Amino acid sequence: MSTSVSASPSANPSKGALRAVLHSPLGVAASLVLVVMVSAAILAPFIAPNNPGNVRLDMMNGAADASYWLGGDSGGRDIFSRLLFAARNTLLGALVAVGVATILGVTTGLIAGYFGRTFDFVAGWVSDALMALPSLIVLLAFFKVLGSSVYLSMAVFGVMLAPGFFRLTRNLVMGVRNELYVDAARVSGLSDARIIARHILLVIRAPIVIQIAIVSGVAIVIQSGLEFLGLGDPRTPTWGGMLQDAFANIYVAPTSILWPGLAISLTVASLVLLGNVLRDWMQKSSSGGHGARARARKLAANRVVTGQSAAPLPADTILSISDLVVGYETAAGLKEVVKGVSLDLKRGETLGLVGESGSGKTQTAFSILGLLSSGGRVVSGSILFDGQELTGLDEAAMHKLRGKRLAYVPQEPMSNLDPAFRIGFQLVEPMRTVLGISEAEARKRALALLARVGLPDPMRAFNAYPHEISGGMAQRVLIAGAVSCDPDLLIADEPTTALDVTVQAEVLQLLRDLKEEFHMSVILVTHNFGVVADSCDRVAVMRDGRVVEAADVNSLFTNPQHEYTKMLLGSTLENSTPPAYVPPSLTGVPA
Amino acid sequence: MNAIPAIKPILTVRDLVVEFGAKGLKRRGFRALHGVSIDVRPGETVGLVGESGSGKTTLGRSVLGIGPVTSGEIIFDGHDIAAMPPRQRRLRNINIQAVFQDPYTSLNPSMTIEDILAEPLIATGSMSRPEALARVRTLLDQVALPSDAGQRYPREFSGGQRQRVAIARALALSPKLIVCDEPVSALDLSTQARVLDLFVEIQKATGVAYLFVSHDLSVVRHISHRVAVMSRGAIVEYGDCDQVTARPEHAYTRRLMLAAPVADPVRQAERRKAFEALATTS
Amino acid sequence: MLGFLLRRLGAAAILVFVLTSLTFVLVFSSAQNAARNILGESASQEQVDALNRELGLDQPLFVQYTTWLGKAVTGNLGKSWTSNEQVASAIANRLPVTLSMVITAITVMTIISVLLGVAAAVYGGWLDRLIQFISVLGFSLPNFWIALILVLTFAVSLRWFPATGYVPLTRSLYGWAGSLALPVAALVVGGIASAAQQVRGAVIDVLEQDYIRTLRARGVSPASILFRHALRNATPPALTVLSLQFIALLSGAVIIERVFAIPGMGSLTVDASLSGDTPVIMGIVIVLVLLVSLVNLLIDLANAWVNPKVRLK
Repeated sequence: MSTSVSASPSANPSKGALRAVLHSPLGVAASLVLVVMVSAAILAPFIAPNNPGNVRLDMMNGAADASYWLGGDSGGRDIFSRLLFAARNTLLGALVAVGVATILGVTTGLIAGYFGRTFDFVAGWVSDALMALPSLIVLLAFFKVLGSSVYLSMAVFGVMLAPGFFRLTRNLVMGVRNELYVDAARVSGLSDARIIARHILLVIRAPIVIQIAIVSGVAIVIQSGLEFLGLGDPRTPTWGGMLQDAFANIYVAPTSILWPGLAISLTVASLVLLGNVLRDWMQKSSSGGHGARARARKLAANRVVTGQSAAPLPADTILSISDLVVGYETAAGLKEVVKGVSLDLKRGETLGLVGESGSGKTQTAFSILGLLSSGGRVVSGSILFDGQELTGLDEAAMHKLRGKRLAYVPQEPMSNLDPAFRIGFQLVEPMRTVLGISEAEARKRALALLARVGLPDPMRAFNAYPHEISGGMAQRVLIAGAVSCDPDLLIADEPTTALDVTVQAEVLQLLRDLKEEFHMSVILVTHNFGVVADSCDRVAVMRDGRVVEAADVNSLFTNPQHEYTKMLLGSTLENSTPPAYVPPSLTGVPA
Repeated sequence: MNAIPAIKPILTVRDLVVEFGAKGLKRRGFRALHGVSIDVRPGETVGLVGESGSGKTTLGRSVLGIGPVTSGEIIFDGHDIAAMPPRQRRLRNINIQAVFQDPYTSLNPSMTIEDILAEPLIATGSMSRPEALARVRTLLDQVALPSDAGQRYPREFSGGQRQRVAIARALALSPKLIVCDEPVSALDLSTQARVLDLFVEIQKATGVAYLFVSHDLSVVRHISHRVAVMSRGAIVEYGDCDQVTARPEHAYTRRLMLAAPVADPVRQAERRKAFEALATTS
Repeated sequence: MLGFLLRRLGAAAILVFVLTSLTFVLVFSSAQNAARNILGESASQEQVDALNRELGLDQPLFVQYTTWLGKAVTGNLGKSWTSNEQVASAIANRLPVTLSMVITAITVMTIISVLLGVAAAVYGGWLDRLIQFISVLGFSLPNFWIALILVLTFAVSLRWFPATGYVPLTRSLYGWAGSLALPVAALVVGGIASAAQQVRGAVIDVLEQDYIRTLRARGVSPASILFRHALRNATPPALTVLSLQFIALLSGAVIIERVFAIPGMGSLTVDASLSGDTPVIMGIVIVLVLLVSLVNLLIDLANAWVNPKVRLK
């Protein structure tokens, strides 16, 4: 179980971002390129060796010389000087487009996201409509309306780019709006304006800056495209216009297509890279705890061969774990979450694995199944299941055991069913793979199982999609799936925590009955001592990756040995007596 | 039932009806509350217990003014706050504060604890910044957090500590009523007991009243003076805490009580039998 | 499902109507001097007035609009102001050229980006970084510049492909493929890596879901988990990406057609916009809006097919 913090930039966004950029080589390089480009644009009149309109007939498509450092274009003008002046016009055009897009998109996004309702609906529709239009063609269509002013065209282009900002802002605001801390701010008597300023702008700031970087790149490319097509003002030098000139003379002076193209590409690439650096920084600062960045990238689990010689087990012991250590790779090295756990489980027994969050109980369970999240692996120790060592097994061998001999019931019923497939299929598919039975046979068994786990209308549930059934029903479906291939060991990870208490009682009863019926052994991971008392034969109390006490259920409750167990049992509330009501006026405390 | 009937309630909810999605021309919306009435006296804790979908959270949000009210009255301190325009209600609401369930999302991750606690004090215009910071130190002390906690960020604290910060924020404006929406259900068992004790302690010290929403009968029993049991948008049983939680009259409450497993294998086996018997008879 | 289809069709119809109306008002309100522009400064005022009458520009804008709309719904988009050609037939001649290019491009893009994206999601590592690198590159290099470099390398220097021109598919499959190879390459290079990156993200998102772990615990084969469960759930976001890429390709085609002298919608648009040929522009806008609506409708249907929740909304 990882405790991930809600996504949002960390403590001091602007300072942290700057540091992130300066600490990344790519960030430094990209910033340098942008600084050079912007300086060139601003200082063009002072640093350009020649006037951009200066014509030297001898330099028409001519090679570089002392005055024309990059040679001349078809009109005999200095390519290098024109590049500098073009930076001015191109960047200014992009600025107009991005400015319009940001102001329009962010404002409407804030209003739509915070206040919702009609405005949200209308703005959303307009934004979808704008996004459905190929922007370049729209700009071409309106060319005569707008005239050849690049800035007016770019302002219109800004409107067409606004939906990107609108959607981003709106979704961010909607996300924050539902955060409890915004509710808390409202309860504290803060006005809407203050909530937007203090709580919402803070969160959306960084993503908007990233979007600006990306959109600036898009604006530069599209603007150059327009000018390349000849829709710009021919009197002012622009990178796109220079490319058009070079294209017309591609057979005469092929190298002149390089310079403007490089200028565009370098600028845009720097913007994108800067955006990427900021994005990486945001993801890093918003993810907390191990596993948040761990990705289930590999379908094959990272398991380390620790293959210890299989010591003979007593015949009635189905599972024996000894000195199990499980760790996760983190930036700071290997972080151990299970630190030497030893457990035994007898056939037909239910073992409760109980502990508070972070005690390693779930990780222990997952390592038996070979289903640790990526980055996690068994570091050392042994898991002996029915005479077979599991820690050294490869994925293919592990795959053969799962479903058929080892089964799993998860905590959260809804997120553990594939939303895109009918429930029937999700029961039939594993049975066909694991048992190799026919479709018809699997279907028959699935329906019988659905009836067995207490679904009132098995046929309807079989044909339903997961979102069409309740959480309690979904958990029954998952239990049906777990027992469908007649496993020997069932691992249930907090199987009732997400359920209402009356449903919990029914589901626990079902699990107990199925255990007898299918002759299973069960490991029940839970934090609830009531559940342990209800369903377990033996208990192991875990704390900080270790088992502090293991005992049969009666002795644990009547005679706990370890201080920690005593403290936990002392924290249960059911023997408390309700407080007596004393009105404040009688005690002298001001009401 | 009421030992001192003369005491006037600080909060009276009368025939509260809440419907969702009823706006527009379409079908009638989903009715989350069917005319619920409840009252809370000064310095009293009223537990509101029920399963998911019972309407207990909806009731809490309506009292806080962040949920809709279709009809009915919410009288707080002599004024019907359900009928007030939003601005006026916001001022009145300073006397009703909240502690929410999830300590991870109820604190803004990009603000320091000090800013989180000082914000309502400064924003409502009741204090200058130095005054507010002095008050913050008192508050941190009151919820047993170290005084240097103010400069740190929420992510540096555990779930239980964050919930203490949330309680301190609720106390900042010295409210007369705090609506607690499942404030301990996301916490570990040992933390749960300590946070509940803090609630009791604060009530003794300040005389604040609680409307305490929870799905857990044992949590509610631990802290409440009176208890209301909700099911499907209505209150099915309402009365003295000990009587409702230990000797319930309504079949639903009995079911709720027997369904929760107790940490004692022998007693739990008996309870289980009683629960199964109840299930077959009903 | 039928209700869903009808609702989407209705929404598309409203979109087409609103966008074309808006375009008409903007384009025609600025075209009131068209007759003078067409005839030149030397023409007499009578000639200008006569042409204005002929083009219907003497009427109020609203009347012009209803007349145009009445004809447009029957497929009559009027006549070009510069070439006297029927707009509908001009578009009918050009559209197949552009479509054959864009459809080839989106197909190539879909296949490559899905393969790359899934591979990067599953294997990560260097492939992941390579795709990220190419995607920055593809984003930063304007497609017309790539086109120029391609022409310079493969057509001018190596002479592997023709530099310009278009061979219809009906004339020669080989010639058609040859004439489209460079334009399609220039079109897709920019988008493939970024599409692949988004596919990768979508697949990773799905592989991190709880139900994938549960399916593995049940003994479902890794191949089925990836190709049946993960891909199906990653399809909706991937389709959205591809629909946006399709729209971007339409824009890109305009410039690419110019570079390769391909007689498609792009060159028609550029010529019409430079000469102020308003009826042609109007025709192009309506055809493109219809085309995009159709693509979005197909995407919606595909989404509804893979995602049962969508059907209910």
